[in-house]
Amino acid sequence: MLEIKALTCIKQERCLFESLNFSLLPGQIMQVEGPNGAGKTSLLRIISGFARPDEGNVLFNNQNITEDYDSFAESLLFIGHKTGVNLQLTAYENVQHWLGVHGYQCNRDDIYHRLGKLGLVGLEDVPVRTLSAGQQRRVALVRLWLNQAKLWILDEPFTALDKRGVAMLQNRFQAHLDGGGSILLTTHQDLTSSFDSLQTLVLEYRH
Amino acid sequence: MWKWLHPYAKAERAYQLCNTLLPYFAVVSVLCIVVGWVWGLAYAPADYQQKDSYRIIFIHVPSAILSMGAYSSMAVAAIIALVWQLRNAELAVIAIAPVGAAMTAIALITGAAWGKPMWGAWWVWDARLTSELILLFLYLGVLSLYHAFEDKKAGGRAACILAIVGVVNLPIIHFSVEWWNTLHQGATITKFDTSAIDPSMLWPLLINLLGFAALVGAMSLIRLKNEIMQADKHRPWVRQLVSRG
Amino acid sequence: MRASNSYWTLFCNVYRKDVTLAFRQRAEIVNPLLFFLIVITLFPLAIGPEPALLARMAPGIIWVAALLSTMLGLDKIFRDDYMDGSLEQLIASPYPLSLAVLAKVAAHWTVAGLPMVIMAPVFALLMNLESQALGATVLTLLIGTPLLSFIGAIGAGLTVGLQKGGILMSLLVLPLYIPVLIFATSAIDTSSMSLAYSGQLAILGAMLAVAFVAAPIAISSALRVSVS
Repeated sequence: MLEIKALTCIKQERCLFESLNFSLLPGQIMQVEGPNGAGKTSLLRIISGFARPDEGNVLFNNQNITEDYDSFAESLLFIGHKTGVNLQLTAYENVQHWLGVHGYQCNRDDIYHRLGKLGLVGLEDVPVRTLSAGQQRRVALVRLWLNQAKLWILDEPFTALDKRGVAMLQNRFQAHLDGGGSILLTTHQDLTSSFDSLQTLVLEYRH
Repeated sequence: MWKWLHPYAKAERAYQLCNTLLPYFAVVSVLCIVVGWVWGLAYAPADYQQKDSYRIIFIHVPSAILSMGAYSSMAVAAIIALVWQLRNAELAVIAIAPVGAAMTAIALITGAAWGKPMWGAWWVWDARLTSELILLFLYLGVLSLYHAFEDKKAGGRAACILAIVGVVNLPIIHFSVEWWNTLHQGATITKFDTSAIDPSMLWPLLINLLGFAALVGAMSLIRLKNEIMQADKHRPWVRQLVSRG
Repeated sequence: MRASNSYWTLFCNVYRKDVTLAFRQRAEIVNPLLFFLIVITLFPLAIGPEPALLARMAPGIIWVAALLSTMLGLDKIFRDDYMDGSLEQLIASPYPLSLAVLAKVAAHWTVAGLPMVIMAPVFALLMNLESQALGATVLTLLIGTPLLSFIGAIGAGLTVGLQKGGILMSLLVLPLYIPVLIFATSAIDTSSMSLAYSGQLAILGAMLAVAFVAAPIAISSALRVSVS
């Protein structure tokens, strides 16, 4: 499904990675590991099509993602370090805006139901800035339950989450993988539940 | 078809191309400017109205024309850079911009110096001087945008976008300023058939124009060589080149 | 489920978000308008209050004030979205980025341009502008301010990733505003002499049409560069 070919990224005159090759098939999850500054986020941003590699290609379903980015975006769910949650809007408004931007339709009750399941009962209609860091992250992570994207790219999804949140997220990962989706993520913690299809990619810090 | 544009081969080849072209440009510019200036400043007849002060056109007119020419070539390079994603074309944009800005500044300064005896003031809001001033702003915009970026690759692309936006706007700005102030002298140089300018003055002017064009080309090539080396300084071919001396 | 009329949904969502946010922090709407008013107040104080002189300078003053107060809000048009990652989400949406950009520019105009158009007659009266020029003032602002939003958003998109983008953006954008300024002020001038000014309006309209088509493309490629 996703194929990375000879990817090279140079930032501020430092080579982050060179000639990186790997592929991710439906049902597979890949964890990118490495110290700070090793280029994990840069790699994820290149694969999501936000940044351009210095060399190499990212293929999705055998097509270069830059050729028809919009159709790649249809299968992509990206949640970065900056989650895209607006602090002035309420949790409900944030979710609704995101759904609208990505062309998903979902009725009000379903959104409330989802937010409630993630432990945001009663907090749906207060501005997100008044929520705690973990709750703010949950507002972003609700998207995982409300999309049909095949490929999830998640940068540090577990940041600020409590144990229950981490467990819930991993259950959702499993369901996504069982449904034929694939996941590419970075995390400093080890995944607590064991995924059969887990691959790890280690990026070293290069000087 | 675009195989030969592959970034690896291209940087080195572009560098070599610069090296091959540079001597021609340099020789032509030195020859033409020397001949043109000596002819224009010493031998061409004095104007019956403006006396000797008109002679500044041998600097003013070529630099003014080249300031526009440099902007258009910069925009062409920018379009190539964005459409075919050529890093070298981006570098060319960055290489041309300061040269064009310098030409614009020369045109403005000589224009002001010419204005003092002609109009009795260093600066009048004449349409051409005003559009030249706005052109300088556009150049400075491209340059300061590029230098504001820490990531020079992103900066190069941003500068390309701005150069294209500028070139789309340039005719509109030019037209609006002309329209705003129609009190300027007619465009003398383009009126070949009516021959508003005497051949004895036209020839040195054209030679100077060629000389300035070659000068802009040569300076841009030198700058482009530097930019290519800077961008590729970790590649083996640059290291070899530097170690050779 | 993916919706069927999703282009329209996208436009509405982006537009609604920006307008809602602006109305929640009303300062964003009121402050540029106050700035506009204060700049206009400065001129009679600086050059003297003779009605004839003011009326002569009014078109220029109103339009320069309009340019400057549009700049105030422009810096913010993409900044918050850039900071919180919403811009990446817009790029990663399966719909064209230029459409979302169009919605954002429309929202900016609603918040920054439209109030100026509505308040314009008041400002024109402050400057002793002849009553026959009032219509021209409103019309030029009506066609001209969206143009300012479009052109300005290009500069904002190019500088949104930079720490000190604000001043740089004004340097990039103000020279591009010159044609708008020239034609708009000349339209008001002409109208105060009771002559037809439809020519200038037509040129402004043509520029707006070009900007409507071309600017979103330029803005979205600028944003892609800024995000990378």
